[in-house]
Amino acid sequence: MHLDPIDAAALLSRARSSDGGVCVFVGVVRDENEGRSTTGIEYEAYGSMAEAEIGRLLAALAQTWPQVRVEIVHRLGRLAIGDASVAVLATAPHRAEAFAACREAIDRLKTTVPIWKKEFYRDGSSDWVDPTRAARH
Amino acid sequence: MSRPRPRRYTAGVTVKVLYFASFREKTGRDEERRQVADGARVGDVWAALVREVPHFAAFLKMPPAAVNLEYAGPDRLLREGDELAFLPPVAGG
Repeated sequence: MHLDPIDAAALLSRARSSDGGVCVFVGVVRDENEGRSTTGIEYEAYGSMAEAEIGRLLAALAQTWPQVRVEIVHRLGRLAIGDASVAVLATAPHRAEAFAACREAIDRLKTTVPIWKKEFYRDGSSDWVDPTRAARH
Repeated sequence: MSRPRPRRYTAGVTVKVLYFASFREKTGRDEERRQVADGARVGDVWAALVREVPHFAAFLKMPPAAVNLEYAGPDRLLREGDELAFLPPVAGG
């Protein structure tokens, strides 16, 4: 996790010679959420726990897919529309495991890793995003 | 010569409590040291916060909590020096 921009292209060069597939997911900041026009997002993390939680996540993925190597990069701080906030790289001998591990990594990251985001709206207001509230709708 | 004051021994353990994101804004602090009774559990600290912090009074149940960087339930026993955090709904990605 860091404040610097994510270089998604650089992630593509991480494949090992035994890898036949490289799957990269990049999450970017978009210009609306739940019907409200947004201008940016600020990310905050419980840094030490987030690192530990990502470590546990990667260990669990390695159990499920021993041949897949996964890397996760998450950006923190204030981001603008179009900025990459997260990147997940999964490399594997074959594409099926690469896709599956990449998907599992981002899905679990969103529910377990202690990172929060505050959305800034075009009308000047801001609010913390609560995915559990959306799920109750 | 003044007599030394009797030293006061307090029962209990001191834990560090962390607040992030909306909880940081609602409590107006990012961390604090709290003394809790010997044998206190995570749920006991939450019960105290519900009494102290108006924002927490409306919560129907304890939010996810972590002790020493790992998720922990309300029954988790607290020890001296533990780092405890109550976590607002996570929203990474």
